[in-house]
Amino acid sequence: MNRHVVVIGGGPAGTAAAESALLHGATVTLIDANEALGGQYNRRVPAAYGVRHPLSIGHGYAAAERRARLLIDHPRCEYLSWAAVYQIERHPGGGCPAVRLLLGVEGDRRTHRVVQGDALVLATGAYDRVCPFPGWDLPGVYTAGAAQTLAKTQRVLVGRSVLLSGTGPFLLPVAQSMAEGGADVRAVLEANPGRRVLPHWAARPWQLRHSVGKAVELIEYASCLVRHHIPVRTARAVVAVAGDGRVEEATIARLDENWAPIPGSHATVAVDAVAVSHGFTPQHELAVAAGAQLTSDGFVRVDHTQRTSNESVWAAGEVTGIGGSQVATVEGTVAGLAAAGADPTADRVLRARHRTAEQFVARLAAAHPIRPGVLTWSRPETVICRCEGTSRGELAAAWARASGDGYRPAKLATRAGLGPCQGRICAANIEALRGRPCPDGGASPTADTQGLAAATPAWRPLAAPVRLRELADLDSEGQS
Amino acid sequence: MSSHLIRPDTDPVGRADRPMTITVDGTPIPGVHGQTLASVLLAADRSHWRTAPTGAPRGVFCAIGICFDCVATVNGVPDIRLCRRPARDGDAVTTQTRVTRSPKANGGAR
Repeated sequence: MNRHVVVIGGGPAGTAAAESALLHGATVTLIDANEALGGQYNRRVPAAYGVRHPLSIGHGYAAAERRARLLIDHPRCEYLSWAAVYQIERHPGGGCPAVRLLLGVEGDRRTHRVVQGDALVLATGAYDRVCPFPGWDLPGVYTAGAAQTLAKTQRVLVGRSVLLSGTGPFLLPVAQSMAEGGADVRAVLEANPGRRVLPHWAARPWQLRHSVGKAVELIEYASCLVRHHIPVRTARAVVAVAGDGRVEEATIARLDENWAPIPGSHATVAVDAVAVSHGFTPQHELAVAAGAQLTSDGFVRVDHTQRTSNESVWAAGEVTGIGGSQVATVEGTVAGLAAAGADPTADRVLRARHRTAEQFVARLAAAHPIRPGVLTWSRPETVICRCEGTSRGELAAAWARASGDGYRPAKLATRAGLGPCQGRICAANIEALRGRPCPDGGASPTADTQGLAAATPAWRPLAAPVRLRELADLDSEGQS
Repeated sequence: MSSHLIRPDTDPVGRADRPMTITVDGTPIPGVHGQTLASVLLAADRSHWRTAPTGAPRGVFCAIGICFDCVATVNGVPDIRLCRRPARDGDAVTTQTRVTRSPKANGGAR
């Protein structure tokens, strides 16, 4: 059996899937949007920097480098970098969907490719969710992922005096990379109270036995924070930011159990940047296009082999639930084996690791939820859709006029979600405002993603921007 | 001065920066090879370069190509996400605006 496994995503999940599929004898096409393999977790300093110690910027880089070398050098692996997958095309007769992509740097002349495999593994990851608060669209407010990417790989610090705010352990490495670059990180603010966070982490410690690496990492972050005198405060958040054209000060409030600011607890801090992450939004448009069903909180639904509801498509990593790099690696290994035609449950050790990975995802979600009090942070004039400048008041008025709280009336009456980002940033927040669950993916499409029922943010037939000229090239290249 | 490049002499990754220059609306801005265009602008402490339909300034928000806040025209090609575009010596960046008329003059309708 020599199956052709197509893997989309070059982070921990995608590279693990590619490796395990190769080791099981498959031919692999590994497709990644970035210049180098690694994903967000092992994002690298660009080659043109010519740095002497490129792997000294974070955890797991040596292992990631070994895996990347194996994949790049492997005779049965084709690796496509700078590849923008813009469409997943299902065949009327079923089978593995075709992958349409453009190769090259955006703005240069890119070339088309169509990749048709026997099995598809989606490891497209997730990106920061930021819940709106007054001033969140001021320059100087960044996602925590932006602050990390810029510090770790571009060697750019977004500010001299910075606050980190949000929820989840991800804030800690961001604080570390900024502090080690020389920024004054004033505090890391965890919105959830310690009495929610700690019990979930302390419970059932034997389940964490496969996460020893994570514990070591956590200790290193903690000692870094101590060394740089960075306080971590729970049940607190940046709830407003102000400044003349850019961030000058942030308002911190103490939060109750539900994330509602406690009256009288507000204090302002002078900073020149704020980095925020209220959890993550799965990047699931390719999965939706492949016909994969989502869970109620917007992640891709998978079975015990990471197979989606499309029998030719597997998914692994953050797109199936937030768990970090170790979980993503285990899930990728399972998905790659299954996609290559092997039985991933035959390996007892892998099966145990996979089970504890699932428990880790559940633990993380329980310890760091978004709570509904976050909706009290915004005001009628607060921008919800950054692209179109739609305010919360405009959304409320549109829903009142349309006698419905749907995503479609919001789009038609206010253009929210219709701007360049196509709802990637605002959709989950709009869903939360209309009373849908706050967490993560927000909008889950109904089982039918075709026709009118598809007016959900997750349905983006073109998953990446394509220029009209590039579509014209498609015609002249004779590909249909 | 807020956003900035970590000083090469204190950077543990061991940099030997190779300088280059881009222009933004005709003004030369120094950068180093390997930077994205967004990072060149941030390192020059420019926190915004685009105007939203409301007139509000926009710069980098996500830095990984998700939010499209940072788009600009590069060498004549519009709507390039500067966070995803490696800077090349001599690149000409032109800032963009989505303000086509006074948003408040017609009640914000577009």
